[in-house]
Amino acid sequence: MEYFLIIISAIFVNNIVLAQFLGICPFLGVSSRLSTSTGMSLAVCFVITLATVVTYLLNRYLLVPFGLDFLQTIAFILVIAALVQMVEIVLKKVSPSLYQALGIYLPLITTNCAVLGVAITVVTKEFSFGTQVPHMLNLAESTVYAFATSLGYGLSMVLFSGLREHLALNDVPKPFRGLPIALITVSIMAMAFLGFSGIV
Amino acid sequence: MANKLSLITNGLLKENPTFVLVLGMCPTLATTTSAMNGMEMGLATLFVLVLSNIVVSLVAPIVPDKVHIPVYIVIIATFVTVLQLLMQAFVPDIYRTLGLFIPLIVVNCIILGRAEAFASKHNWLESALDGIGIGIGFTLSLTVIGIVREILGSGSVFGWKFIPGDGILAFVMAPGAFMVLGYLMVLFNKLAKKK
Repeated sequence: MEYFLIIISAIFVNNIVLAQFLGICPFLGVSSRLSTSTGMSLAVCFVITLATVVTYLLNRYLLVPFGLDFLQTIAFILVIAALVQMVEIVLKKVSPSLYQALGIYLPLITTNCAVLGVAITVVTKEFSFGTQVPHMLNLAESTVYAFATSLGYGLSMVLFSGLREHLALNDVPKPFRGLPIALITVSIMAMAFLGFSGIV
Repeated sequence: MANKLSLITNGLLKENPTFVLVLGMCPTLATTTSAMNGMEMGLATLFVLVLSNIVVSLVAPIVPDKVHIPVYIVIIATFVTVLQLLMQAFVPDIYRTLGLFIPLIVVNCIILGRAEAFASKHNWLESALDGIGIGIGFTLSLTVIGIVREILGSGSVFGWKFIPGDGILAFVMAPGAFMVLGYLMVLFNKLAKKK
């Protein structure tokens, strides 16, 4: 039941793009076509989940016992950068077809603030779902949270790119063309997602 | 001297990080719930931007090309950590309000972008001035967005309330952030075209 609440909350109520403002740059950057946004979402999903597990363990068993919490930011960004490189190398060897699909998006993910944002959130913030007392997440909960968050990222990105493909065919007033109209579209999407607030 | 001055003004209009380069959108949207918050976020970014630009321009000639991105990221992350510790010590309230978005300055594309595009090719003084210019441009943009959202959302500016009542809550929340930025961008496009 608790995992279910975490998943619903992370995907809909606290959607990472529409409510937490993380990962906006790639969200606006690669969402003009549905195919590219699906590729990016899959890559992000993979990296966020993996990075959260690794950084959680690093923080729990290395940084905290030695009183090095203040190095979190540096340590996490290095781990994420290294991880992205490693995923790229492994994927190239193990599954060339998947590498073909995700390849160009992987290097971009290092500077996607959603990855670092989720990694920092799970080790610093207390969560409470439903009627629970606020508490820090354990490893299993963190993994579920990270995975669900990245699903929420994918969901909003795919929805948005669908809207944007339609938008490209419309006659938009000149000063609104490009990003401004895209931002106003996101605003309306965010308003729709506000409807989910309060269900968890 | 005029040349040096143009380095600073460059960041205000021609290469305004928010409205022209469209970089660093996450803090722009998340921290501009009020004019004060927007300005504080902008100043925090300015601090990291100037220092990392100076150090990057000094070490750029000796860093091998293959590893320059990781080296720049470590330099930026170091200054972000310095900023985190300073803010925790001297302005803990601001640190708490801005929260997650202080450590996330590391992945703000403006800073890595300026290190890569400007600081690695210029001397330290020019890089510092460029950092100040872009940083002020970013701070001003965030403050303007913050002012608009604060007026619409709670009827006040910098905490000084002049419209009685509650205001439109949506402008303090997520949808308002996207909408205000979208419409300000339209305005900027329109005014920039006229010149």
